[in-house]
Parts: sequence; C-alpha cells; structure tokens
Amino acid sequence: MMSKKKDENVDQQSELNLTRRSVLGASAAIAGAGIIGSQLIDPVAKTAYAAGSDEPIRIGFQAHRTGIGALYGRWYERTTNAAAKYINSIGGIAGRPIEIITEDDGTDPKRGADVVEKLATKHNVDFVYGTLFSHVVMGSAPRAGELKIPYFVVSEGYHVASGALNRYVFQPCITDVRSQITAVSNWIFGNLGKNVALIYPDYAFGYDHRDYASAAAAKSGAKITAKIAIPPTASSFTRYFVKIPKNTDVIYHVMVGPGVLTFVREMGEHYGTRHPKLFGFIDSLEGVNINSPGLEFLDGSHFWEAMPRYADGYATSGSNFYRDKVGVDNTGASKSDSKDVSAYSHMFGCWETLFAIKEAVEQSGYKSKKDYKTLIETFEGFAGFNEGIAHPQGSKVFSGKTHQCYGQQFVSQVKNGKFNVVHRTSIADGMYEPETDYTKKSL
Amino acid sequence: MDTWIEETLPMVFLAVLDGTVTAFVLALIALGLSLVFGVMRIVNVSHGEFFMLGAVFSWFAYHWTADSVWGFVLALLIAPVIVGFIAVFSERFILRKVEYNPESTIVATIGILYIIQQLTLMGFGPEARPVEAPIYFRVSFPWFGYSGYKLLVAVMSGLCLCGIWLLLKRTKLGLYMRATQQDYEIATTFGVPTKKIYASVFALGGGLAALAGVLVVPIRQADHLMGLEPLLLSFIVVIIGGLGSIRGTIIAAFLIGISDGIISVFYEPTLAKMLATLFVVMILIIKPSGLFGENYQ
Repeated sequence: MMSKKKDENVDQQSELNLTRRSVLGASAAIAGAGIIGSQLIDPVAKTAYAAGSDEPIRIGFQAHRTGIGALYGRWYERTTNAAAKYINSIGGIAGRPIEIITEDDGTDPKRGADVVEKLATKHNVDFVYGTLFSHVVMGSAPRAGELKIPYFVVSEGYHVASGALNRYVFQPCITDVRSQITAVSNWIFGNLGKNVALIYPDYAFGYDHRDYASAAAAKSGAKITAKIAIPPTASSFTRYFVKIPKNTDVIYHVMVGPGVLTFVREMGEHYGTRHPKLFGFIDSLEGVNINSPGLEFLDGSHFWEAMPRYADGYATSGSNFYRDKVGVDNTGASKSDSKDVSAYSHMFGCWETLFAIKEAVEQSGYKSKKDYKTLIETFEGFAGFNEGIAHPQGSKVFSGKTHQCYGQQFVSQVKNGKFNVVHRTSIADGMYEPETDYTKKSL
Repeated sequence: MDTWIEETLPMVFLAVLDGTVTAFVLALIALGLSLVFGVMRIVNVSHGEFFMLGAVFSWFAYHWTADSVWGFVLALLIAPVIVGFIAVFSERFILRKVEYNPESTIVATIGILYIIQQLTLMGFGPEARPVEAPIYFRVSFPWFGYSGYKLLVAVMSGLCLCGIWLLLKRTKLGLYMRATQQDYEIATTFGVPTKKIYASVFALGGGLAALAGVLVVPIRQADHLMGLEPLLLSFIVVIIGGLGSIRGTIIAAFLIGISDGIISVFYEPTLAKMLATLFVVMILIIKPSGLFGENYQ
C-alpha cells in the first residue's frame, strides 16, 4: 500500500498518470477501514441532470479580504468566482444556478464565527465555505456546528482530520499538513540528508509541522537537530540561525507571513556560500515572485508544492483548463499583472471544493436545508474524486471518517529563476490511519 | 572552554550585535512617540502607521525609479516630509478638534490608525513588497556573516538621534518645544506660537517614524500591517524610559533592544517579549513616571 516512488523524475508533460485504478487501490485502505459502498466521482462528465428550479444554491464564502490572510484571500476569491462562473456555464448545481455571497472575516477567529452566523442566518445560505487560516477555522467551526450548517474549509490544517471539530465540517479537496509531511519526508531524508533542523511558525500550523516532521524522522532514522519556533510577528531572524547546530544537513523551513523575504536574505547573510541544504514549504512564498531581490539564496533549494506554480510542472488538460479559467499565466502570476503572483498551491482547493459540493448536492438530491442529513451522509460515503477539470490538482481519496482528503504532492527545485518539479508522490505516500470517526457523531 | 568559544561566544556576540541594531532603530521610532507625548501630552496610537507609511512610500519611490537605488535616496528625502504633512493634517483637523483631550485623542488616533491602514491596503495591496538596499555587503565574522546594511542603518539612526538632540538643544524651534513641554500656558504668554509648535511636534514625530520606516524597509519588506510591532515596542520603551524624556527613551531602547537580543538567542523570543511587558508592569507599579520621567499629574 505504502509504495514509494523515490527519486522518480516526473515526466513533465505526462497526462494524468493517476488512473482510476490507482485511486481505487488507495481508497481500498479506507474501504477496508470501514467505508463500504462508496463511489468515485467524476462530476464534469455527467452534466445531464434534470432541470432544477431557478432558485439559486447560495454558498456563503468566508473570505480573508483583510488581515494577515488578505493575499491568500484575494486569490481564493478570484478562484471561487471563476469556479462559480464556470459551474453556472455548464448548468449550475442540479440545474440551479450557484450564487456566491462573500463576507470578510478579517482573518480573525472571532469575526470568523460572526461571519458564519451572518451568512447562515441573515443571508440564509445553503452552505458556508472557503476558510483558509487554521485559527479562523478553529474559531468558526463550532458556530457552524451549533447552527447545524455544513462548513467546507480549504485550510490545510490537521484540525479537521484530528477530530477536534464537528460533523458539519469538511475539508474535501486540500490535503492536511500531516499528510503533506508524511508524503514528502522520505524524499527529504533520502535525498537531502538525515540531520534536519526545523524552523516553523510559533502557532498551531507550525506545531503540526514540528510534530509530524519529528514523527516522520523518528520512523526513518533521521535526526532532528533543532526545533526553532519563530513568533509570527518576528521581523528579524538573524538570531535564530545561530541556534542551528553545525552538524545540520538540511534546514526544513516553513514560514508564513510578510517576513519571508527577510528570513531568506538573512539566512544568506548568515551562512554565505557554505550552508546546509534547504527544504521549504511553498506556503512561505505564496504570492511572492521567486525572482524577488533577496531570494537568490534559495537557488538550488527544494520546496513542497501542492500544485506546481509553473505550468510545465504538471501540464495535464485539467490543470491547463483550470489555470486559464482562474486567469493565471504559465509562471503562476495573474495574466493581467505579472507582478501579482498567485497562491497556486492552495487556491485550487476552492475550485475543487465547489465541484465537490456540486457533486454532493446532485448525488444526495439536496433541495433545501432540511436535506442536510442526507447531504452529509452522501458526502461521507464518497471515496474520492477523479482528476480532471473539476479536480485539476489530481485525484483525491476521501475519508468519510475524518472528513479529509488525501492527494498527491510535488517536490520542486528552484533553478534558473523558476520552480522545477523533480518528484511527485503517490496519494498513498501521504496516507495515515484515521484518528477519528465523524460518522459516529450526532447531527 | 572550547565549547564556550565555539558555541556560546558567537551567540553572545550575535545577540549584542543584533540587539544594538534593533535598539538604534527602536530609539528612532520611539523618540517620535516620546516627543509627541512630552510636548503635547497625548498618546498617539497611530504612530506605528507613520512608520509603515514611510516604508510604503519607500517602495513606491523604488518602483517609480524603475527599481533603482535612487528610489531609496528619494524616499529618504521625501517620505518623512509627506508623512509629516499627513501628521499635520490629522493634527489640524482631528486632534485640535477634540482639544487634545487625552481620552478622545486615544480614540481619535485609533481611528487614524485604521484609516491609514485600510487606505494602504486598498492602494498598496495585502502583500509584503521588497525594496533593495542602496548598498549591500556581507560582513564576515569568524563564525557567521552579518548584513552590512544593517550596521549602516544603526549608524544612520545614530546620526538622526544626534540631529534631533541638536535640534532640541541648539535651535529656536527646539527651545520653543522645550518651553511648550514645560508649561504650555506660560509659553503661550511669552509669545511661543504653541499651536504651531504642536503641529510641528506632531509632524516631527510622524516624520521620524517615517524615516525609520524608510531605513528599515530594505531589511524587511513593506506591508500594511508592519506598524503594529514597532508601536507596541515604542510604547514599552517610552513607558520604561519615562514619558516625555528623550534621554530615558534612548536608554530604554538600548535596554529593551539588547535584552531582547540576548533573551531571544539563549531562550525564546516570546520570553523576551513577556519579560519586557513584565518590566513595564513593574515600572508602572514602582515608578509610574518611568526611569527618567518627570512626574505628571
């Protein structure tokens, strides 16, 4: 099951190597764990449904328009609008048009909960969707549970799969941090080195990195030489680099926030030309041009990407179609402004989640809020989603127990001022045993 | 002994070096806040936004000069002036309207903070944008390297601090400022144009913060939320040093900067912030006027 494709160089023009069979193979693990009678779904293929009513499906979009998540929020909004436009052009959801109602949560947990409430009660939406930052998800999800409204997040945090939330919360189309680390850790330890220093932000998202990278290291005989937590408000990093022991082979870094360029430049100043190898998570550089002044130090280093920013990294027909529809050029920047770089490894989750919602509505025969139970049970019965226009990042295996998906991951190297994909994991590389079972929780 | 030289010494050296650079910049930012409090007796919560505006204007200057170093020079000259005008505008049309009432000015300056921050978000965008340093070189120490530009920032901040000291002690404007600080009414009676002095002090405070923003932007980036941290640190520095005391502000900036460096390197940066805050609480209990402050009623 956990077959590894180490050192595999990706054929960059390859079309969809993940067949329905391989996804089924991966999903067998979950089926074995108790989900029976689940189905694989290919939503765009079946657009011929009975004409529904003119009453739109109203989806409340909890957006980070302001606050620290504003950059991601802007791209989440563009992607959401592009997906809604496309879904409407192919007949909407169950024959009903899709309508997006957007509210700004200020990337703030307290306001997040208020936004969920406002969307559910004032705007009377069918579903709430779209949240990214994990503290906002943690703040908002309990309110969605109390209001008994399905809440679809695009957040990456392990909080959904950990069982910390409730049965109304789903993360169907973006993988969680635990899965991402599990998938790429063997590649890191095998190719870059076994003595690893971890640098991560000093809050929950960072702790997921610290804990699961440490666990993966222990499993494969690698050694964590230092664990360095950096407060999110830090604006200078020089003092942290002095804590990295000399015997370190690899600096594993994940930084979120505006400090990243400084972080990289100061690392360069600290080390000069002789330095440990670097492995980073693209979260640090979402929205940032890799050719920005100060980032030269990253040349030759490796990054995890969920979906390759440069078009040649994964040029399937689905991903090309998606790239075009969301208005992103071949380098990952906005087609109308080459300085406006996208959050390409995250925003696909918005596009895909709207298609997952479409599928759940159509499969369950959802008509109105009284059908939430059927909709949730139908969703929990899904085994995954097939790659294609609806799921351009790749096929997904979905666990009804954890409300979380698994998917493929990419490792890219920075070279000649761009990201070049050097390794693609299988879905199975990132799978772990479920730690919770939401299906047993009450609705 | 060997491990001490190999491991501890470089850490102490770095902590002090980095702390000193932080201290110089912090002193420059906090000085504006301290001046405004000392002379006008108001707490300017929007002070951090003036710092942010300096950094943002620096990015625009850099961008307009087609990413050349002349952008930095332009920003160094222009940004403090523009921000000074913005400060005068808000002093004239907001603070003067609420008659510098302490409670009202806090609320008013919170309002100014949000207005500046949100306008920047609308006009500049949510992302952090880099500005290249005018001079870039790496200083090599036996154990590690350090940014030459950072050392330059410390030197330039030091020069600015000297300039302000000369302004206050050796010019007529400085004399007026000190007179207004000591007693507003008597200064007015003696013909000091106190209203103009208020406007000038507010402009000077904003301009100093903007200048610090311009100097700092090449070692971090410009973003619309960058004003918050310096604001909090400035408050800590100003409270510890004594509200309104220039000497206290500078000494406290070094105290906070260097202790922050040492505690961050040997323990946790979060601990450094906690201890600084604890220190503020202790000062407020034991010596509310601060280390070098006058006693205000």
